[in-house]
Amino acid sequence: MENAVHEPQHVLVLGGTSDIGLAIARRLMSENTTYVGLACRRPEKAALAVESLTRPGTQVEALEFDATRVDGHKEFFERVVADHGDLDLVVLAFGQLGDQERFDDDPVSAAALVDVNFGSAVAVALEVARRFREQGHGTLVVLSSVAGERVRKANFVYGSSKAGLDAFAQGLGDSLEGSGARVLVVRPGFVHSAMTAGLKPAPFATTPDVVADAVASSLRTGRRIVWAPGILRWIFMVLRHVPHPIWRRLPLG
Amino acid sequence: MDPDYRRQILTGWGLTSPSAALVGDVSPAELVERLKEPTGRGVIARGLGRSYGDAAQNAGGVVLRIKGSPSEIVIDSDSGTVTVGAGVSLDELMKFLVPRGWFVPVTPGTRFVTVGGAIASDIHGKNHHVEGSFGSHVRRMRVVVASGDLIECSPSENSDLFWTTIGGMGLTGFVVEATFALIAIETSRCLVDTVRCRDFDELIGEMSVGDDDVRYSVAWVDLVATGRHFGRGVLWRGDHAKLSDLDAEDASDPLSYAPRRLGSIPPVVPGVGLVGRATTRVFNEIWLRKEPMRRAGSVKSIPSYFHPLDSISSWNRLYGRSGFVQYQFVVPFGVEDRLRAIVERIVASGLASPLVVLKRFGSANEAPLSFPMPGWTLTVDMPAGAEGLSNLARSLDDAVLEAGGRHYLAKDALTSASVVRAGYPRLDEWRSIRDRWDPDRLFVSDLARRLQLI
Repeated sequence: MENAVHEPQHVLVLGGTSDIGLAIARRLMSENTTYVGLACRRPEKAALAVESLTRPGTQVEALEFDATRVDGHKEFFERVVADHGDLDLVVLAFGQLGDQERFDDDPVSAAALVDVNFGSAVAVALEVARRFREQGHGTLVVLSSVAGERVRKANFVYGSSKAGLDAFAQGLGDSLEGSGARVLVVRPGFVHSAMTAGLKPAPFATTPDVVADAVASSLRTGRRIVWAPGILRWIFMVLRHVPHPIWRRLPLG
Repeated sequence: MDPDYRRQILTGWGLTSPSAALVGDVSPAELVERLKEPTGRGVIARGLGRSYGDAAQNAGGVVLRIKGSPSEIVIDSDSGTVTVGAGVSLDELMKFLVPRGWFVPVTPGTRFVTVGGAIASDIHGKNHHVEGSFGSHVRRMRVVVASGDLIECSPSENSDLFWTTIGGMGLTGFVVEATFALIAIETSRCLVDTVRCRDFDELIGEMSVGDDDVRYSVAWVDLVATGRHFGRGVLWRGDHAKLSDLDAEDASDPLSYAPRRLGSIPPVVPGVGLVGRATTRVFNEIWLRKEPMRRAGSVKSIPSYFHPLDSISSWNRLYGRSGFVQYQFVVPFGVEDRLRAIVERIVASGLASPLVVLKRFGSANEAPLSFPMPGWTLTVDMPAGAEGLSNLARSLDDAVLEAGGRHYLAKDALTSASVVRAGYPRLDEWRSIRDRWDPDRLFVSDLARRLQLI
């Protein structure tokens, strides 16, 4: 169970090697936290992450989880909950950026990316929501992106997949009203992480720790959507209304 | 599932850690049937929801309130006891008892608690240092256990169930009826002596001398003041007034009792609440200055002496949407330097609200999970949305344990399983008795899950 300041007891990170997912887990771990599961495709790659989170009184483990195998989600959660009890906090942090230029020649890989970022995320979030309703409590943190707020030509496949996820997660949050569960939608800007290594940072680039801080304070105050860094909220309030001919030409990376 | 269950979001009085459960109101007779229905995620009793944290919540499970009726109150004047349904509140009880010349053995700072809740939390009041906690006055109770059986228990019959139920946070079963001792009173007024203390040392000194000669004793401490005013406060000591203490007008109706409610805090308090460092500083200054340096024998009514906050409904909303945490601990006598260090830490944090209580506890009772033990207990409200509350609470938890103390489960919303385990050395003993009465763990609460009590 969460305590009065929303510190979770049992945490599951979906995308357990994601820099942002791990930063959020690290930031929200406390004396109240006894279990952290890092769900990822290749658990052997999460050894360092497990070690970095482990501390006395908290069991941390990597779990094999393939988000695209949607028919395996139910069984996966059954096993985790049977072993460790109710999940208080689930962080949906998996996702791929892809290479926009490649998608033009390889539409199939674009479909695969959308399947990971959107289709699989929808399936797993609905499974989590079903469990949250049953257990009467729980917090789902969904990693969206400012790329979905107004999609730009440089990464419109990724951006549109996040736009779908963002809209879905907001609707899911509304549908969970009164169930004891809640959803926090997180819209980071460009985050320096393994996923963006080698890319030219966009303006207002940030770090996983800044995103984690924004998540922590939003959970404390009960917000439903949070931007990281916070200024992006105001910037996109303007960018959303920039006329198309100008938007196309903006040097946004 | 029964149609008269409603899905409802519940919190404690602190308005933190909401969770959803199926909530129903049942009579003791219906209860036996209800406990036979499969629930999946267990059952817990809920009274008036005055425990501050998650003790009377059961996320995803069933939460049952026992209907109580004042018509069930039966006084036995010969033995000075009352027998009453567990769903009856101390408010209802006092309205019945006081005009007949009786008073409850223990009352907390609010009269809006049920008898069942008073037993499950083993509540204490201003008289703990001489008369102990509520459970110490219970002669017998009837408890519906997990099997659905109605068990009579007392210190001599099924005493293991009796003592694990007292302070057992509802995790042994449902108390449906209790018989407990009363205090005979001549009047409905209290005679109160007031002493204003300049600093922490003076307050501790005043409280350490003469407490045992008075029935009721409690102090308020200013946890904002620093420097030479550090730990300043007001000590109130009193007892029920005798008929001869009243003037002619009061004496004409010595047992009149009419608690009033002045108003209510509307549900429109700004998100961050109205309790901050600046407002607390102002409030504390006024609160202190309205008290005389030293005054003996002022006459007060029962509500104004025992339950001042009850005159304002929903005062918990003052802290805004994030709610608040009431941090209460006890440390044994003899470690006053450690108590001082803990108080210094709270003052330095700047998180304390005006609602602070310092009190001396007397002897503990036999209940393994009963909170009080001989020593100092400090209670302080802090806004749950405040940055830094978690770190402060962790450091206080450690300091309390190092001082040989522990935390009050009925208030808790923030401490951890390991801290409770360390503070309650008889937890395993309690657990093994509990498991005998409820082997399938039917009774469970959010508190029990969070602190791994069962």
